[in-house]
Amino acid sequence: MELVPPPFDKEEILRYARVKEPTPEILSLFDECIEEAKECFTYKVVYREFRMRSEGYRLFLGFGEYESEYLMHGIGTCARILPFVATVGPEIDFLIKRYEVLSPAKAHMLDAIGSERVESLCDAFCDFIAEREAKKDNLTRPRISPGYGDIPFEMQKDIFAVLDCQRKIGVALGARFLMTPRKSVAAAIGM
Amino acid sequence: MKITEFLKDNILYLDGGMGTLLQARGLAAGELPERWSTSHADAVCDIHRAYFDAGSHVVNTNTFGASVLKFEREELDAIIKAAIENARRAARESRTPHEKWVALDIGPTGRMLKPYGDLDFEDAVSVFAETVKLGVKYGADLIFIETMNDSYETKAALLAAKENSSLPVFVSCAFGEDGKLLTGASPAAMVALLEGMGADAIGVNCSLGPKALAPIVKEYLHYASVPVILKPNAGLPHSENGKTVFDVTPADFASEVASLVALGVRAVGGCCGTTPAYIAETVKRTKSISPMPVVEKDISLVSSYTHAVVFDNDPVLIGERINPTGKPRFKEALREGDVDYVLRVGLAEEEAGAHILDVNVGLPEIDERALLSRVVTELQSVCALPLEIDTADPAAMEGALRRYNGKALINSVNGKKESMAAVFPLVKKYGGVVVALTLDEGGIPATADGRVQIALRILAEAERYGIKKKDLIFDPLAMAVSADGGAARATLESVKRLSAMGLHTSLGVSNVSFGLPSRDTVNAAFFTAALENGLSAAILNVHSLPMMKAFYAFRALSGLDTSCADYIAFASSLSEDSATVERKSVKAENCAATLAEAIEKGLKAPAVALTEALLKENDALSVINGEIIPALDRVGVGFENKTVYLPQLLMSAEAARCAFDVIKEKNAGKASADKCPVVLATVKGDIHDIGKNIVKMLLENYGFPVYDLGRDVPPEEILSAARQRGAALVGLSALMTTTVPAMEETVKLLHEGLPMCKIMVGGAVLTEKYAESIGADAYGKDAMEAVRYAEKVNKDLQNK
Repeated sequence: MELVPPPFDKEEILRYARVKEPTPEILSLFDECIEEAKECFTYKVVYREFRMRSEGYRLFLGFGEYESEYLMHGIGTCARILPFVATVGPEIDFLIKRYEVLSPAKAHMLDAIGSERVESLCDAFCDFIAEREAKKDNLTRPRISPGYGDIPFEMQKDIFAVLDCQRKIGVALGARFLMTPRKSVAAAIGM
Repeated sequence: MKITEFLKDNILYLDGGMGTLLQARGLAAGELPERWSTSHADAVCDIHRAYFDAGSHVVNTNTFGASVLKFEREELDAIIKAAIENARRAARESRTPHEKWVALDIGPTGRMLKPYGDLDFEDAVSVFAETVKLGVKYGADLIFIETMNDSYETKAALLAAKENSSLPVFVSCAFGEDGKLLTGASPAAMVALLEGMGADAIGVNCSLGPKALAPIVKEYLHYASVPVILKPNAGLPHSENGKTVFDVTPADFASEVASLVALGVRAVGGCCGTTPAYIAETVKRTKSISPMPVVEKDISLVSSYTHAVVFDNDPVLIGERINPTGKPRFKEALREGDVDYVLRVGLAEEEAGAHILDVNVGLPEIDERALLSRVVTELQSVCALPLEIDTADPAAMEGALRRYNGKALINSVNGKKESMAAVFPLVKKYGGVVVALTLDEGGIPATADGRVQIALRILAEAERYGIKKKDLIFDPLAMAVSADGGAARATLESVKRLSAMGLHTSLGVSNVSFGLPSRDTVNAAFFTAALENGLSAAILNVHSLPMMKAFYAFRALSGLDTSCADYIAFASSLSEDSATVERKSVKAENCAATLAEAIEKGLKAPAVALTEALLKENDALSVINGEIIPALDRVGVGFENKTVYLPQLLMSAEAARCAFDVIKEKNAGKASADKCPVVLATVKGDIHDIGKNIVKMLLENYGFPVYDLGRDVPPEEILSAARQRGAALVGLSALMTTTVPAMEETVKLLHEGLPMCKIMVGGAVLTEKYAESIGADAYGKDAMEAVRYAEKVNKDLQNK
């Protein structure tokens, strides 16, 4: 699905860029980068729903089985789980790469913008699912991702195996769990 | 009958979706469909047979994701064997009398290629090669590469198919709604690439329904001289009662496909959501249409990974600046392996309006083969312009052409037998448009007659290799008018005659003024005259204002520039007083009083201007030590005290780099400050390098000669570079937790191989404690700490 997240969150972007009190020069860098980046995002999410259950510390999520305290704490009481992969597309990667050569400061700011965009997309998607579920009187839990706490990275492979990400939204998974485009997130919502 | 023969006079019917039909038969979520070829052979065979019965001439084996990346070799062998047997059995069992072929189906690897992903191009070629070899071994009739969404991966697959089989190869790509592949390629760019490499049929499949794919298909039909394939989805998927359904019915699908067959599409089938019913309906609707003949399109195309550049009557500008001849600073950068400098030269040419960049990195003392490939690859990761591979070494040419993402312009071949024998096979294998110089064993003929004769001989020889006229561009050689008053006339006459013969021409324009003062004046006049005689392309300095003025004015005067829009845009970018030969400065505001202030504020243009002014009255060292270093120090201390933030540190570093560029430009070749060499690399498996690049820029600003080995660098390569460069310090970076072990391995190898060399590590996932535990000599919390440590290592060395 395609989903448009809310507009750029300046404070959040500056936080990703590790800036607390921006100088006029940083603000002008920010404006320049937003101007260049604003047209380059395509917001896409692919998702699927599974029934889930737990036995002791073991969770059976429909797309894989895991032992993880963090998972148990986060979604142990859920009945269904919705793994998803979200991406803001490859163009921001191209732009960052180009500016790594021309202007590392711009590359750094664009990287922060990309991170804010994909996180914001995930938030918007989770809100969308939460609202949908609320209509059916269901609650959703905050999203979890492979690599959070003791959740194994291998979960990412399992999520990719059931979502056909490359064909549907153009996200590929590398040998060491590296997603391309870079500004992509694999996560799951417990319901 | 061979399928390529059949295609000449017939519409070829392909099959439809496989995945959706397997799911309907019970394929579970997450289960690999290719395994069904062995575990559920009957079910797979049934689907193939249903397609043959519906009228398909070709079915694709159930091997979309079958590669060594997903399966062990033994299982892969069994899957491909069974998949081909299933399709063969279906062909035997189908009662329809028409011709039937079995295509080995090859989809994407599921991984993204470098530079954006982590799979190396040659590794991708090897992965596809394994699948191809098995397909050949078990008797596939053709290879069908499909649903590719990245031009580079598509090239890898096609190359593997060509190198490991003599079977016909069909290639079809998945375009998005924006009319481009995921990584940006336009249909024209894909036609150029695939046809150049000798694909037998090319086209589109998946992602959209037939209506939405129509504009893309039409573009294929416009450019392609081989049959065009169309395999759309049954529209867009949506969910109904928990099931995925598609929104285009077989009748609507067939009607849309039929309208494209009428326009010239020659191989049709379906993709996701389509079933034998869609194919049957398509056959019914199209069988009475007489196939449009596949005609040769006389369109000369080169391409990058995003777009194609056409040679026609609108002149093409080829930037000449990536070339060491006569450029001491460029030579120094090549010797130091400073590829970033080369990239900046290229990007500046792009900014100035070049359509293609000539790439020449030949210097006697460097390994041109390795460097040319590297520069081409790295340029293509930051710049979308097509490149002209410019080398006299056929091995360097082949290395670069192989890795080139697109259809390159090649510089050059000439009328000598030896030259043609070396270059034409490469053009044939990798595709390309080749610049042919009209000289031969007898030298350069003085007359247009002589040059045209050589052009004709080159043309005839190219034809013997199967290289078409449209893939040659003739350079009748601009010679110095100062040595021979008739030189320019002979060249212009040659351009005129070659153009009249329907051939494209190119010139290295500035040779004409060799030995004369105010060369640009002569060059611009010659350029205009050559354009008027039909010149298709010119290799020139796009930063030369007289040349660009000639170019824009010519286009406006020749009716090539609608409403003179390009000319007006160009003219408005010039200073009021254009005689100053300066473009308007980007930013006039926020100017700084001193160079130090410009650097502290991170203002690049003022930093350049102030450095130039300072150098008129001061020597380089006093500018560095009096202005640049103190400013960097103040920013560095502020960063350490957390009063200056990272973006500001970077902006200052960039301004300082601009100042250093000015100094280096004036002092190229002279020895720099006495700092020890530093080698930097992101370790194997990791492709993040923003942090490493920041460290590099700061170290360079502090005068360290830095050899940046890039990303994903194996331990052995780092050791060998450190040895070769005599590095006193190696800096290693890693961002991902999964690649930290590679860092440990590298540290160990370096300590063993170069015990005196210090190792500094850094990256988001590292801590001081961890750095210590893997045996690193230092941990760089941030870029400033890295500089401080490098200064310490340098000082310790000097005190020894």
